[in-house]
Amino acid sequence: MNKTMMRVVGVILVIATFLLISECAKKDKPILGSSDAASAVYVAPGDYDEFYAFTSGGFSGQLGVYGLPSGRLFREIPVFSVDPENGYGFNEETKDMLKTSFGHIPWDDSHHPELSQTDGVTDGRWIFINGNNTPRIARIDLKNFETAEIIEIPNSGGNHGSPFITQNSEYVVASTRFSVPIPQADVPISSYKENFSGTLSFIKVNPDDGHMNIEFQIMVPGYDYDLASGGKGPSHGWAFFSSYNTEQANTLLEVNASKNDKDFIAAVNWKLAEKYLAEGKGHKQPADYYHNYMDHNSHSAVSEQKKSVTVLYPAECPGLIYYLPTPKSPHGVDVDPSGEYIVGGGKLAAVVSVHSFSKMIKAIEDEKFIGDAGGIPVLDYDATIAGEVTNVGLGPLHTEFDGKGYAYTSAFITSEVVKWKLGTWEIVDRIPSYYSIGHLMIPGGGSMKPWGKYLVALNKMTKDRYLSTGPELAHAAQLIDISGEKMKLLLDFPTVGEPHYAQGIPADLIHPNTTKIYELENNTHPYRTLSEKEARVERKGNEVHVYMTTIRTHFKPDNIEGIQVGDVVYFHVTNLEQDWDIPHGFAMQGAINSELLVMPGATNTLRWEPKKVGVFPFYCTDFCSALHQEMQGYVRVSPKGSKVPISF
Amino acid sequence: MGALLLIGTYFFPLWSITVEAPQYPEGLGIYIRINTVDGHAKNDLKNLNIVNHYIGMQEIVPESIPELKYMPAIVGFLIVSGLLVAWKGGKKTLYLWLAFFSLLALVGLIDFYLWNYDFGHNLDTEHAAIQIEGMTYQPPLFGTKTMLNFVTTSLPSWGGIAAFASIFMGFLAAFLSWRDKQPV
Repeated sequence: MNKTMMRVVGVILVIATFLLISECAKKDKPILGSSDAASAVYVAPGDYDEFYAFTSGGFSGQLGVYGLPSGRLFREIPVFSVDPENGYGFNEETKDMLKTSFGHIPWDDSHHPELSQTDGVTDGRWIFINGNNTPRIARIDLKNFETAEIIEIPNSGGNHGSPFITQNSEYVVASTRFSVPIPQADVPISSYKENFSGTLSFIKVNPDDGHMNIEFQIMVPGYDYDLASGGKGPSHGWAFFSSYNTEQANTLLEVNASKNDKDFIAAVNWKLAEKYLAEGKGHKQPADYYHNYMDHNSHSAVSEQKKSVTVLYPAECPGLIYYLPTPKSPHGVDVDPSGEYIVGGGKLAAVVSVHSFSKMIKAIEDEKFIGDAGGIPVLDYDATIAGEVTNVGLGPLHTEFDGKGYAYTSAFITSEVVKWKLGTWEIVDRIPSYYSIGHLMIPGGGSMKPWGKYLVALNKMTKDRYLSTGPELAHAAQLIDISGEKMKLLLDFPTVGEPHYAQGIPADLIHPNTTKIYELENNTHPYRTLSEKEARVERKGNEVHVYMTTIRTHFKPDNIEGIQVGDVVYFHVTNLEQDWDIPHGFAMQGAINSELLVMPGATNTLRWEPKKVGVFPFYCTDFCSALHQEMQGYVRVSPKGSKVPISF
Repeated sequence: MGALLLIGTYFFPLWSITVEAPQYPEGLGIYIRINTVDGHAKNDLKNLNIVNHYIGMQEIVPESIPELKYMPAIVGFLIVSGLLVAWKGGKKTLYLWLAFFSLLALVGLIDFYLWNYDFGHNLDTEHAAIQIEGMTYQPPLFGTKTMLNFVTTSLPSWGGIAAFASIFMGFLAAFLSWRDKQPV
């Protein structure tokens, strides 16, 4: 073998070795210890998961309910989007839940679920979630897992920074992603700087029944407000809002809103706001928004139009709000369990800036201001900063806490979770996410009491993680064990919609308290039918009301005659069952809305306008018993003006 | 003392029948009380009647069972007479009381069995959706029996146990008084 040959062979060997190494490096899935991971997430048939996880639906507008550690999907709760599966938003009872000042809106973009808290600990009573597109906040009752209330937010565009909660659920807060003319007006878009404003809204939560009311809004300069967090412990009484586009650009924001070295986190003293309100500093201003809630016993939405809102102006309320400069277009703002650290994810930087609440209070006392922005004092960065976490990965977005002194930040661009220590700001571990993580969630990780056992990475891209379903893919979540020193990937599971944020809570705080049936004797629906003897059909002009009952396994009445083309027929279906997990469905041929899925003890109403003469069947859609297939009936539709009498 | 135990039958159910099935992992159950029949849980009787209608079993309507109307008075008489016997009565009245009580208990059990038999056999074959040749659905008096998808368990409950204890104490008293009489 000559030298040239040897060189060639040597080069080939080097290349081969390199290829082999890079091939091995590509296998990012854990090979060793994967059986440990399997047993760690295995929930035996019939056993329960340790935690509930609630994932926002993103562009589905709904709320997903999962179990952890199994990653099993239990239910998708309809919130902002209609759901023909159970009639939500279609039936007469729930359609007003989606009423807004723009009319009936069948969809929204839901980003951030937030559990109610008592003394800084998630209590399992309610979960709130925002509607981003048509600004709204919904409250879901965790006894029956149904949307109980939706309130529209006036003076807002893009309700992204919401609904974040204070430590005793005094308020959920909301901020405007898009500043808009307030009140709305026909102005040139280029007059953004003069005419556009933002608002920070404080929605009071009634501690007994959870009912929401927009207590006050704070008028703020026209930046893009992004996310928020309630103070806790020492910082209880404050709320923090991140912002970007302090440049106040109105076009090509990806360039024009990324110029400033620092944008702001707004710190709002809401206890002081309450004082100013009591002193009459609030301006009652005209507004137009809807407040919709379910009446518990009639299972029907009550919809109220509201015509005014109370607004506070920072210039009239000194000390109400301060700006903390934070690099660089910060996204998440997260207060740690102790309430001392305010963590800003510098979305476009590779740095996480941590402000100190106590230093902030001192800086305010010492008047360490570097100027003002729109009349709001801007604090000196060096006077409030407690530390910076550097090399945290590119695109740090959100931070959650494990209650053991560590913080976990998601880095979108470098697609990883980075674990770092509060106080020393040193990075102790990092783990990849698949791919491009947005939010992350630790059960209780945004409250004063995290259950620091699992972390869920909520990713924006899926690519090759699962069997392909074409161009449109499920989103991916990864369950990571954070109980030890090193993070361990346990499970990868697909999610419905596009989860942004999520919430987790020990199952014991919810599971034992759930509703099994609605008591028939408490049913106050105006068209209820509490026994088969009362089942009937009544005509009122061209309106026909069918008082119908269901019980295994028949409808009463099941044959209805005397209906005419042009009638408006209301099927008021009461499910007489009082047994758990025995809903009955009601589906009418040719109904252009949806079916009904009636829970035991409840009454739901389907509106049907027959267009054709003939005999049309209806049937039960929920396989309720061995004779489910026999659960059916007919409606005879006669021509308009026919002499066929109503009979049943 | 035995007679006083009988007071318990006013407050506690005499008998308990529980059914379990794949669809009812939590079980459905009814209590037979001195004056009525009701569910272990609020809606159990209603749900049991719904389930039973598939096989054509008669609905259990407590108001239509006449025995439940007489029973409180009969037991009341037993208590009062038992106390009188304990206070004043001699051996003979004790034996008489005991014989009467035993007879009533026996009649009661036979009656309960007959009701069970009637519910289990007297099926509405015209309306029953599920009819299985030769199948009857009589719950057992004591113990457990599997019928289709249901496992039925029938046992005395606290009231029934009190009644048995009462009768046992009556016999004990009778035995003791009989032994006292025997030459040592």
